[in-house]
Amino acid sequence: MSDTAGTGTVKTGLPRKNINEVVSAGIRRRYAAERRFRAYGLAAIGFAIFALTTLLVTIVGTGYSAFTQTMLELEITLYPQDIDPEGNRDPKVLSTANYQALVRQSLRDLFPEVTTRQERRRLNGLVSDGATFQVRRAVLDDPSIIGQRISILVPMSDDIDQFMKGHISAEVPESDRRVSDQEIAWLERLQDRNLVHRTFNWTFFTSGDSREPELAGIWGALVGSLLTMSVTLALAFPLAVATAIYLEEFAPKNRWTDLIEVNINNLAAVPSIVFGLLGLAVFLNFFGLPRSAPLVGGMVLALMTLPTIIIAARASIKAVPPWIREAALGLGASRMQVVFQHTLPLAMPGILTGTIIGMAQALGETAPLLMIGMIAFIVDIPQGVTDPATVLPVQVFLWSDAPERAFVERTSAAIMVLLSFLIVMNAFAIYLRKRFERRW
Amino acid sequence: MQLANSENAAKDGVGMPEKTGNLTTESKAGRTPMVVARDVDVFYGDKQALFGIDMDILPNEVTALIGPSGCGKSTFLRCLNRMNDVIEGCRVEGRISVDGQDIFDRALDVVHLRARVGMVFQKPNPFPKSVFDNVAYGPKIHGLSSSKDELEEIVMTSLEKAGLIEEVKDRLHQPGTGLSGGQQQRLCIARAIAIQPEVILMDEPCSALDPIATAKIEELIDELRENYTIVIVTHNMQQAARVSQRTAFFHLGKLLEFGDTDQIFTNPSVERTRDYITGRFG
Repeated sequence: MSDTAGTGTVKTGLPRKNINEVVSAGIRRRYAAERRFRAYGLAAIGFAIFALTTLLVTIVGTGYSAFTQTMLELEITLYPQDIDPEGNRDPKVLSTANYQALVRQSLRDLFPEVTTRQERRRLNGLVSDGATFQVRRAVLDDPSIIGQRISILVPMSDDIDQFMKGHISAEVPESDRRVSDQEIAWLERLQDRNLVHRTFNWTFFTSGDSREPELAGIWGALVGSLLTMSVTLALAFPLAVATAIYLEEFAPKNRWTDLIEVNINNLAAVPSIVFGLLGLAVFLNFFGLPRSAPLVGGMVLALMTLPTIIIAARASIKAVPPWIREAALGLGASRMQVVFQHTLPLAMPGILTGTIIGMAQALGETAPLLMIGMIAFIVDIPQGVTDPATVLPVQVFLWSDAPERAFVERTSAAIMVLLSFLIVMNAFAIYLRKRFERRW
Repeated sequence: MQLANSENAAKDGVGMPEKTGNLTTESKAGRTPMVVARDVDVFYGDKQALFGIDMDILPNEVTALIGPSGCGKSTFLRCLNRMNDVIEGCRVEGRISVDGQDIFDRALDVVHLRARVGMVFQKPNPFPKSVFDNVAYGPKIHGLSSSKDELEEIVMTSLEKAGLIEEVKDRLHQPGTGLSGGQQQRLCIARAIAIQPEVILMDEPCSALDPIATAKIEELIDELRENYTIVIVTHNMQQAARVSQRTAFFHLGKLLEFGDTDQIFTNPSVERTRDYITGRFG
């Protein structure tokens, strides 16, 4: 049976060498190869950590300042004759009153020496247009404050905000600067009176997009992403798992199923923009579904995610040991029972891993959504899957393209929100996987 | 593995003259056979693995199937509860009946058959669930119990019959996969008898176990004979001699000899059987 070298009794017909010599000559090479491989691995990990750290430091370093906003404390007298001349507190009247004039009046009160039109316009430019909305909201929330003199925090304009954060330098010649010497002088006087505050930027987390950076928020895109992902998950997960089960457990192995398998694998490699074109042609033009809607976005991304989940699900179903199936079949379980009571629970961790990879891919996808109109500038927070919406990566793309200096930090902040969203999603998947995991 | 062996067996069998020997298929006085197989051929693709097997298996007896690797004994065993159905390209011809019922009858659902013909596999294969859930699974899917108490009774009785109750009564709700190999195999036996089958098929149930665990299983098989008809495939001659009443010797897909175990082991009528039992080949 055994005619290996080393068992001295067997005649092999080969010249006998000292086996130790042969082995020790090779052994050093073997160990060297192993050490080299480990070194490559360490180097790769080191480089990855360096790259990741650089990326994170850059993003956080640029983006953290977007989480605060420079606010101006304004004393505003809410004259009843301006807001509600008839005095019946009709909400319609209240919401259409000229609050802008009140805000401007309050600014003029602070700087009585400013008289020329041009100067006044620049003075008004210190605070954001959002100040008007802020005052209106305060009045609508509590109409009883009409007639009083209130103190209210209003956002300052994006250029002033950037100047306060040090992103616009005072050293630059005035002609190249977005903030004039005059404005800086006003700002210093306001600071002397302790009216300028830096607060947490709630607006960024609670509002939709805006042309004004200081009013722009991520919430609209976040809700859009959430709705889109829900549609994607609801469509792709059941369909993909059912497909994988059918192909693995029920379908006969023949040319047709081979063809289907090849096609599914190819589908995973199709550029995502093609799925966007398909969505445009089929979902929008043929079925007439609404444009820019998370429903259609979710459907397109589901198509894109399907092959990823199918491939992962098939692999993990295949990895369930056959004797589990035999044991259940031997007890008289039907094939359906075997699949749903044994195979699927054991394959679930792998399926979930595949799903999360697919969903993470879908979350970061921009190209196919451009084709179906999710790139539109949308201010309102979407209320449902058919409302116009945008998603986080598209929002990042839009802001990165905006000319205002304040959008630079907001772009990075949006990336941070996107990454956090991803981390939350992954954490949830890991939790689910741990719950489903069974050892045997 | 099974498939490959059988294929080899069929390949080797081509052109080799084999005398079919004298088959003792007559039933003993007053006892109708539990399992009757007539002219059973099995094909894997176009390779024939079993050639015209005729066999009567008597109730409340242990029938051992012996023979060299790849001789088709496991294939035959798996015919009896149609486990070969799940193997792609496997085709079974001939007639097999269990308790008078043709198992290939279209009217008979394979689920019914497997509820009546239980199986214990070579490798202990408890589900990755608790000891209790392992045994309760069969009764649950067949709806054998109407209440929780009844189910518990079935589980306890089955564990007791499998001689496992003393060892697991404190860990009923711990995973069955945490037991030792021998305990796992007895758990699988408990799982099989929980659905009250008439026949239990055992495919080399002790090949993965140590001698002490093996002895326990053998003892158990002897006790189970009271209530069940047992067919066991084994590679271990001594085991066949110890536990079985009747022995069938398979070689290259053919049933060469079938008779009382005493007679097969002391005075085999076919030369091949003698050679195999005495260890000249196999």
